[in-house]
Amino acid sequence: MVARLKGLYGSGIREALTYQGQNYISVDSSLVHDVLTMLRDDEDFDYCVDVTAVHYPKKEEQFEVIWILYSFKNNVRMRVKSSIKDGAEIPTSVDLWQTANWLEREVFDMFGIRFTGHPDMRRILLPEGWNGYPLRKEYGILQQDKEWVQINLGIESGQ
Amino acid sequence: MSDAKIYSQLEAISSHEKPFLDSNEMVLNMGPQHPSTHGVLRVVLKLDGEKVMGLECVIGYLHRGVEKIAENRTYVQFNPYVDRMDYVAAVSNGLAYCETVEKLLNVVAPERAQYIRVILTELNRLASHQVWLGTHALDIGAITPLFYTFRDREEVLKIFEKYCGARLTTHAFRIGGCQYETYEGFEKEVMKLCDFVMPKIDEYEELLTTNRIWLERTKGVGVISAEQCIALGATGPVIRGSGVRWDLRKAQPYSGYEKFEFDVPIGTAGDTYDRYLVRVEEMRQSVRIIRQAVAGLPEGPIMAKVPKVLKPPVGEVYHSIEAPKGELGFFIVSDGSTQPYRVRVRPPSFVNLQALDSMCRGQLVADVVAVIGTLDIVLGEVDR
Amino acid sequence: MSDFLNYMKLNVTPGEAGNYYWATIYILLIFALVSVCVMLMTYAERKILAHMQIRLGPMRTGPHGLLQPIADALKLMLKEDIIPEGADKLLFWFAPVSVMMIAFTVYLVIPFGRTHAVTDMNIGILFMLGVSSLGVLGIIIAGWSSNSHYPMMGALRSSAQMVSYEIAMGLAIVCAVLMTSLKTGTGTLSMIGIVQAQEAQHTWFVFSGWGLGFMAFVIFAIAMVAETNRAPFDLPEAESELVAGFHTEYSGFRWSLFFLGEYTAMIAVSSIAVTLWLGGWLRPFSNALSGHTWDVAFNLMPGLTFVGLALWCIIGGARMPKIRQLKIQSIGLMLFGAMLGFIGLVMLLPGVRERVQDIYWFAMKVGIFMYLYIWYRATFPRYRFDQLMHVGWKVLLPTALGVLMGTALWGVLR
Repeated sequence: MVARLKGLYGSGIREALTYQGQNYISVDSSLVHDVLTMLRDDEDFDYCVDVTAVHYPKKEEQFEVIWILYSFKNNVRMRVKSSIKDGAEIPTSVDLWQTANWLEREVFDMFGIRFTGHPDMRRILLPEGWNGYPLRKEYGILQQDKEWVQINLGIESGQ
Repeated sequence: MSDAKIYSQLEAISSHEKPFLDSNEMVLNMGPQHPSTHGVLRVVLKLDGEKVMGLECVIGYLHRGVEKIAENRTYVQFNPYVDRMDYVAAVSNGLAYCETVEKLLNVVAPERAQYIRVILTELNRLASHQVWLGTHALDIGAITPLFYTFRDREEVLKIFEKYCGARLTTHAFRIGGCQYETYEGFEKEVMKLCDFVMPKIDEYEELLTTNRIWLERTKGVGVISAEQCIALGATGPVIRGSGVRWDLRKAQPYSGYEKFEFDVPIGTAGDTYDRYLVRVEEMRQSVRIIRQAVAGLPEGPIMAKVPKVLKPPVGEVYHSIEAPKGELGFFIVSDGSTQPYRVRVRPPSFVNLQALDSMCRGQLVADVVAVIGTLDIVLGEVDR
Repeated sequence: MSDFLNYMKLNVTPGEAGNYYWATIYILLIFALVSVCVMLMTYAERKILAHMQIRLGPMRTGPHGLLQPIADALKLMLKEDIIPEGADKLLFWFAPVSVMMIAFTVYLVIPFGRTHAVTDMNIGILFMLGVSSLGVLGIIIAGWSSNSHYPMMGALRSSAQMVSYEIAMGLAIVCAVLMTSLKTGTGTLSMIGIVQAQEAQHTWFVFSGWGLGFMAFVIFAIAMVAETNRAPFDLPEAESELVAGFHTEYSGFRWSLFFLGEYTAMIAVSSIAVTLWLGGWLRPFSNALSGHTWDVAFNLMPGLTFVGLALWCIIGGARMPKIRQLKIQSIGLMLFGAMLGFIGLVMLLPGVRERVQDIYWFAMKVGIFMYLYIWYRATFPRYRFDQLMHVGWKVLLPTALGVLMGTALWGVLR
């Protein structure tokens, strides 16, 4: 399967490895939607388990967006990773799996990564007027959006 | 959360179904404080008279930033935090986390530890389903099963307390195995519990399964098809109630589940009644697994050889288990230090809650409460 | 004055005797005794519901919670009286009073014995149906005067439910009335007449008609639960629904009036069911087990019931744990038992025991209904509102019509 993908997308597939028995491929952000579509249609990965992200501030392409997919037919899991720069956008996968709706909203909420084409890109866990993206590495563990707390809760600070 | 945005969202939902606005439409708010939403969940309903046209869940009231905390604690220090997410089935959370870290370390827990883990996890599944049954019946109006299920759950919690000192947030497992050896008389008490609980499960069924009013309230309510389940990512009893025979304990066994014989109950219609039957049968199967595990409990060490200071090699791992609510997964990225680089929790209740909108379209207001109950959500897990 | 004293020798109700004084005394007695019964009912509901849910219920206020109703009444009377802003004050006051008064008015025609009724109207049943329909008005006024969205919706739902089930109730009642005409050829609408017809026909109407009487009884039993807004038809009052019901805005004493009205209505409709189908004040097995010895045996029952209760209280009091805090409670329970025992022994006396018979059997039968009410509440989930209406209109109404026609046919063919 990896060979087919490499044949189709050439250098777009950065790497395909197995770690501790789990397969994953790393894809260019421009190709990721096509790869996911191909995985869903041809390889029967009909179930999107998770969409998440990791922040590597030291790398040039800081955010790594990860899709975890599962195939009912073949009973196999797979990860698709794609790195993007800070401020860049990545195409949504809501049209492929409806699960991605809230999962991508949470990625946006926590990291600030926008997904183009998402029907409802707004915060899900944090309140709407919140400034800041907590799961980024520069956001402190005790940090809160003081302004939002003062306006909406009427107290000096949430600590 | 700005109400204007929510209402415009709901307008968008209905506007392509109806060319003109009906003057009967009304937006109703089931606020964060409500006797029937299991936790702080806010549901904004768009109603046409009694029918639900669209629905929006506002969550995040219980968001505690667990994933951020994980980046500031060592692997061992993070273990207790994990219980607090799905606080009703805390043991499963602990199992998922410990197994994921063990995968990172490339360590396998010894056999005795695996058996103990299975016993405690299945006991916890039983307790979690008992809570579900009591509260679900209460929402629909049957006030008595709550007392029966909570009374019997006490027996399970007593065993937890004797084993690890806590009833609810147990922190029962450690990375590499279990810390505590089973106490004197553990096997006997667990077997006694199994014999005690089996007729009780029949008692719960007697009160509800063939009750005409229960059937009318749950059949055909909150229907979700198997395709919709897969598309929406619903797992656990939700997908099994729709007819897909999928259980991670059978499909990708972990912690020694391949050694046990048990059935995976499925439903046919994907409505509330089928999910109810699936969960009740799962309770019975849990008892079956516990009996087998206790009978076959091997001797041996309970903790694998794990270094005192855990520094897993650089890499990332995703591992999931079949929690009582669905597929609970942990995705841990390690950078070689003592603290995880990123811990991502894939909560079953969060993903199942997404399905609430499609399950409630066209139902009556009184059914929304029943559907929330049948999804078996725990807000601690939804919000983390 | 001589009228007053001579009344006792007559064997008729005060209404028939035209005796205003005794009528007034009866009315006051009914007020007092029904209120006491309602208090007992609240206690019984909490205890029985609790035991069905494997817990104990009130145990602390008085021995085994016996003083709980008094505590509840005191609390409700002492609570702050809140009137919502913008509520219509006159209607807000009027609604609970009207609901309660209407519930009590039904008792004018209920016979607790041959002579123990306020009056014996010859249109007793018609009067009862008319008055109980007025109860709907009180509920709508309550919802309207609260000046709030949810009580209004709850009131409308509640009233729709009550109106739907009244029809089935009425049809079932007509079946019973039809049966009164079987032996004599002329029927009667008077409540006492109905019981006397059952006595003359030597059968309770619930057993007659090859099961038709039983079906009419069952229809009435279900409809009366819906009439009184009790489980499983208590959606308008349910907490886990969005609408909290027509009595949301009422607190303290006003709410207790609603509460009183609801329980009074429960006892009233149960009494009607007992009168119409279960033979009113007649003792069971008056045909099969007749004769002097059986009569005496049944006559002893009231006394023995009280003596049995007394023994239970006394033994329970003696068995209480012997700690200092419970000493007063155990003594109280034993004294209560002693009081019950005294009443029981008085009831065993030959003169008294004949006179107590009718009230006792009536009360026992109504008591069974009360237990059933509580049992339904513990066991059944709630009906959704559309299912409720479906049952009322599409199930009970056609069945009641069928039973009515069947009864008429059977009566003609007999």
